[in-house]
Amino acid sequence: MSVVGELEKPRTGVRARSEALKALRRVREYGIVASVVVLFIVLSLQSNVFLTQGNLLNILDQMAPAGIIACAQTLVIIGGGFDLSVGAMFAIAGVAATQLVPHIGVWPGLVVGALVGLGLGVVNAIFVAVLGINPFIATLASSFMFYGVASVMTGGYLVTVSDPGFSTLGNGSFIGVKYSIWLLLAVFLAATVTLRASKLGRYIFAIGGNAEAARLSGVRVNLVRTSTFALCGLAAGVAGVLAASRISQGQANVGNEYTLITIAAVVIGGTSILGGEGAVWRSVMGVFLLAMIGNGFNLLNLNPIYQQIVQGGIIIIAVAIDTLARRASN
Amino acid sequence: MSLNDQHGGDRVEALSPPDWHVETRGLEKRYGGAQALVGVDVRIRRGTVHALVGENGAGKSTLGRVIAGATAADGGELLVDGVAVHFRTPREALRARITLIAQELALVPRLTVVENVFLGVEPGATGFLRPAEQRRRFTELNERTGFGLEPNVRVDSLRVADQQKVEIMRALARDARLIIMDEPTAALPAADHQRLFEIIRQLCNDGVTVVYVSHFLKEVLALADDVTVLKDGHVVLASPASEQTPESLVTAMIGHALERETSTTRTKVDSAPVTLSVRGLSRAGAFEDVSFDVHAGEILGLAGLVGSGRSEVVRAIFGADRLDEGTVTLDGRTLRIRGPRDAVRAGFAMLPESRKDQGLLMRRSIRENVSLPHLARISRGPFVDQRQERRAVAEVATKVDLRASSLTAPVQGLSGGNQQKALFAKWLLGRPKVLIADEPTRGVDVGAKEAIHELIAALAADGAAVILVSSEFEEVARLPHRVLVMRAGRIVAEFDGEDVTESRLIRAAFGASEENVVGIANGEVSS
Repeated sequence: MSVVGELEKPRTGVRARSEALKALRRVREYGIVASVVVLFIVLSLQSNVFLTQGNLLNILDQMAPAGIIACAQTLVIIGGGFDLSVGAMFAIAGVAATQLVPHIGVWPGLVVGALVGLGLGVVNAIFVAVLGINPFIATLASSFMFYGVASVMTGGYLVTVSDPGFSTLGNGSFIGVKYSIWLLLAVFLAATVTLRASKLGRYIFAIGGNAEAARLSGVRVNLVRTSTFALCGLAAGVAGVLAASRISQGQANVGNEYTLITIAAVVIGGTSILGGEGAVWRSVMGVFLLAMIGNGFNLLNLNPIYQQIVQGGIIIIAVAIDTLARRASN
Repeated sequence: MSLNDQHGGDRVEALSPPDWHVETRGLEKRYGGAQALVGVDVRIRRGTVHALVGENGAGKSTLGRVIAGATAADGGELLVDGVAVHFRTPREALRARITLIAQELALVPRLTVVENVFLGVEPGATGFLRPAEQRRRFTELNERTGFGLEPNVRVDSLRVADQQKVEIMRALARDARLIIMDEPTAALPAADHQRLFEIIRQLCNDGVTVVYVSHFLKEVLALADDVTVLKDGHVVLASPASEQTPESLVTAMIGHALERETSTTRTKVDSAPVTLSVRGLSRAGAFEDVSFDVHAGEILGLAGLVGSGRSEVVRAIFGADRLDEGTVTLDGRTLRIRGPRDAVRAGFAMLPESRKDQGLLMRRSIRENVSLPHLARISRGPFVDQRQERRAVAEVATKVDLRASSLTAPVQGLSGGNQQKALFAKWLLGRPKVLIADEPTRGVDVGAKEAIHELIAALAADGAAVILVSSEFEEVARLPHRVLVMRAGRIVAEFDGEDVTESRLIRAAFGASEENVVGIANGEVSS
């Protein structure tokens, strides 16, 4: 009654099955690369504008905030967590920076704004690691709280910065490439190095892959989990001040889309939602794929309603492949 | 003595007329490299209690699971009411009115008693529940069993003993005529044992057959009509229970072990300094007042039946579980271990019981697994010193003879033996002062087992103190210098040198013999 019987698998077909499983695993590994390449070629052929330096840099600039957050979201998800509050942290950081700039100056304002994100990430970490609340619920609840705080801070108004220096970060460029893209590159490299070369990176893989084994190996599981949420808050803060700088405005009700886009990008990239496996470049590719889809719909004048259907479908396919590949290797 | 006198049950067959409810002929079952059942012939009389006994891993639970369709046999025949059957799922066995009550109860905690009893067999064919009919049948069952359970309380609010009653009613609601109970008293407070036995006898009076799997020998003899003893997957004794004593059952279980009683020559290591010393370790419900010393270079075995508290004690020493009371002293310094991290830093290493769930990151590389506890040492600032890591891991992998195509390959592709070697490598890299090895050879083949034993011996020879926990009596009888036997959360016996024999360990673990029972250390034996 309590035990599931062992199924006897027929011998024939075992080989065909294992071939299919290998193929499945390859799809999960390299599906994101193939998708990006195929879409890139298709758009290049279909549109004259797509394959121009201006358009490509525009895509990168547009995706920079989402890309920055996705890099850190990857760390959280590999560590076995989940952060639904990145949009709210993004909003608070922008609001904080725009409100602080008149008092403490442009660059200190931007830095403190980003650090506010870090602080909010630590709050999430306390909910998850110390109180032991499920990350999904904890960050859902904290995102309500953070949005509420942001509204209290602005009183419901737009916060406009008159200092022209404030818009430099969001609009200035270096050797023809916008700062936002440089910032994305820097965050991408930092997250990659952290994950692949640092002790912390090893511990993140360990707690996400097998928290009990990590604990019995002497890893401070809670501390590692805390740092992933803190870094995610910092990244959301950086993205928030970047976006605020673009338009020289802070708003309490922005950023909601980043929560879902970043999680979608991580998953589409092939990082497992169950933790313990994945890579930062995959998530950046995921964001790039989603950004390309949006760009393609614009360039080809397609009805944007279908864009959402396509993006949703891609997410389902990515998760289904992950689930099947996991089942196969167990 | 010759076991053949009692083997085969010829005498039982002579009773007429033979009304076999279930009969097995030459059942075989393998798990990986281990043979769980070897040509098992068992005959179970209708309407009786038939006990299956044996030491850890003797095959008694496997036999129960095969009869209940929870595990498929690799060979042999299973006959129910004289007809050969082949169950592929528990559901098919249930159709033949056979069911298993597992050691871990399988109720839905948030449903009520009556909902659990009829789960999946709700009366009525329309898809709608028929509460009145259900209640009527529940009352009927309640009267028949005399349990008097409240139908509408949630199962998770009941005591374990009452939950067990729900399981029994559930079996009866499915019209089961043969119920297999796997260690039903293991989780039950002593006061409830007698009540359970009354229930079982009553079931038998109603014509139900009960197969009772247990390692509590006195209970078994008081309750069962017939008893079958298994040893290493073989039937070594089949007899009416009335003709047996706890002594005779243990003798049967030890079986051929008696013939190779020549114990290995053991060098005494008492002269070496004490490395680890624990005093008065207790945790409510798990173990009580456990004290012992381990010397440098000594392998101390911790033997006992499943559930006797062996693993619980060592896990608590390592900081993996809570400790209510007691002190842990390493090299003369009393430690305060708040978690595994403290233990690792102090020089402890533990190979946990389940390498898959507690030991390894199955999807990560061998190298990452091996270096995980030592990254603080092999790093520069926040970064892992990958060159040093590669060298250190390669060195220790060679030392443990880890065979893998590449050290960057994920551990999940390795054989069980090589996975265990990877775990060994993981801890050897840190040169531990104390190694705790919990079931280090479970599920590995004979060759790997030998290799792991050599590794343990070599580590001890190097001066480490080793605690070996194993459910295999043969293993604890062979490798360690000294062995402690646990029973019901306490240390009940100590053997060393020439005195360590498999049969003595088994007797002590089953409580069949009072010899050598020691109140070691401080002797503060509370009730």
